[in-house]
Amino acid sequence: MTNVKTGLLDMSDISAVEIRSLIKLASFFSEVAKRPIPKVPVLTGKQVVTAFFEPSTRTRLSFEVAARKLSADVVTFTTATSSLTKGESIKDTALTLRELGGNLLIVRHNCAGVPHQIASWVDIPVINAGDGRHQHPSQALLDCYTISQNFTLTENDFTGLEVVIVGDITNSRVARSCVEAFTTLGARVTLVAGPTLLPAAPVFSANDRVSITEDLDGALATADVVYLLRVQLERMDKNAFPTVREYRTRFGVDRRRSALMKKSAVIMHPGPINRGVEIASDVAEQQNVLIGDQVKNGIAMRMAIIYNLLTSKYEL
Amino acid sequence: MAERERKLAKPGGKVFSAHSLVMEPTDVSRALIRMAHEIIERNHGVGDLIVIGLQTGGVPLATRLRAHLEEITHSLVPLGTLDVAFYRDDYGIRPVLPEEVTLIPCDLTQKTVVLVDDVLFTGRTVRAALDALADHGRARCIQLAVMVDRGHRELPIKPDYVGKNLPTRRDEMVDVSDQGVALGELVDK
Repeated sequence: MTNVKTGLLDMSDISAVEIRSLIKLASFFSEVAKRPIPKVPVLTGKQVVTAFFEPSTRTRLSFEVAARKLSADVVTFTTATSSLTKGESIKDTALTLRELGGNLLIVRHNCAGVPHQIASWVDIPVINAGDGRHQHPSQALLDCYTISQNFTLTENDFTGLEVVIVGDITNSRVARSCVEAFTTLGARVTLVAGPTLLPAAPVFSANDRVSITEDLDGALATADVVYLLRVQLERMDKNAFPTVREYRTRFGVDRRRSALMKKSAVIMHPGPINRGVEIASDVAEQQNVLIGDQVKNGIAMRMAIIYNLLTSKYEL
Repeated sequence: MAERERKLAKPGGKVFSAHSLVMEPTDVSRALIRMAHEIIERNHGVGDLIVIGLQTGGVPLATRLRAHLEEITHSLVPLGTLDVAFYRDDYGIRPVLPEEVTLIPCDLTQKTVVLVDDVLFTGRTVRAALDALADHGRARCIQLAVMVDRGHRELPIKPDYVGKNLPTRRDEMVDVSDQGVALGELVDK
C-alpha cells in the first residue's frame, strides 16, 4: 500500500504494520456504518471504476457500497455489454476507463496478473479484486479484520493463533492471499486438502509457519479459526475428486466435526457457500460461523482500502 | 498546538518550544467552571444537553466540563466524542487519518449540543465537525466552547464560550495540556 500509484495488487506487497493500520482504519468505518446517516463525504468528486471481467456478486457489490459510503461516484463496467465483445483489447478498455475520469480502478479477471498488467498501463491506483487462481487481497484483509474482532489480541498480533484452511487450495486465490496475510501477522496456518487439491509447485513450503495435512479431524482439535474454501467447480479439473459425496466425507464440516472444535473456535468462509458440500447446512447456522460478519466487515475494510489509496499521499 | 499537530510532529523534525505560559492549570480549571455556569445560564439548565469533545484535544476538556455541569445541576449530562477526519477539507495537503473513536451515545435530533475543542484557530475543524454532527441527527442547536480562541479565522465561525481570548501571530503555536496553556512556536530540534 505504500505505493499509492500502483494500488493494492498482492498481499506480498503489504507489511504487517500496514495490515494493522488498515484493520484500525476499518474499525473506524465500522462505526460510520452504525450512524443514523451511514455515509461520510470524504471522497466527494472522486470516481471509482469497477471493471469485472469475471462474474461476481459480493465482491463487486461490496466495493461499490464501500465507495458510495465514502461519497465517491461509482462507474460499473461489465464485459457482456462492452466493446470487448467487439474485440477491444483490455489495454484500450483500461485506458478508456482512465480517460473517462476514473481515479481508481478495481479489477477482477479470470487470468492471473491482469490487474498488475493494467496497473502498469494506467497512472491511477488499481485494486486487484481477484485474478484467476492468484490473489484476492481485499478478501484476506477483511478476514484479518474479522479474526481480530473475535479474539483478544494485543496490537492485532496473531502469534499463537492456529488457522486451518480446508479445501480446494490449488484453485483458490483466497487461500493464497489469506496464507500470506495470516502468517505475516504471526498466525500458524495448516492447510487441509488431498494431493489433487494442493498446488503441484511447492508454493507454500517456503513459509515455515505453514504445514499441510490430509487429516481434518486432527487439525480441527487445535484450530482457533477454521477457514473453509468454496469448492470451485468452474475452475476444477474434472478429476480433482471422484464425487461431491467423497469430498463432503473427507473435507466437509458437519455437526460431528464441528463438535471436535474448541469452544472458542470460529468458522469462516469467503462465500458463496455450497451448503452440504464444504459446510453442512445446520452448521452454517451456528453462532460461531462468521460468514455474515465477513460480509459486513468487507464493506468497512474496502472503505479503508479505497480511502487509503485516494486520500493519502503518505505511508500508513 | 492542538493535540493533532502534536501527534503529527515528526520525530527529529521541528518541536514545540514555549516562550510563555498563558494560563496556569488552575486558570484552566477556573475557566472551565465559569464556562459550565455560562452554559447552564444560557440554556436554562442542562435538559436535552449533550457535551461532545473533538478528538483528541477537546475530549479531556469536554470530560471535565461535563463533570462540572453534572456537579452544579445534580443531573446527568451525556458525553460524546467526535473525530472529524472523514469530513476535513485538506486531504492531500497533510495526512488525514482518524486518530480516535467517534462515540455519540444518542440521536442528536432536538438536542442542544455543546461542542468542545481546545484551540479555535482557522475554524476548519469546527466546520468539519458541524457537517459530521449533521449526520447524527438534526440538533436543536449547536454551541461551541473552546479553551483558547487565538483568532485568524478562515471561516465565519464564532465560539459561544471561551476560556481565554489570546491574540497570536499566525506562525505561533498554542499548546493546551495538563500543564496549562502555553504560547510558543515550532523550532528546529
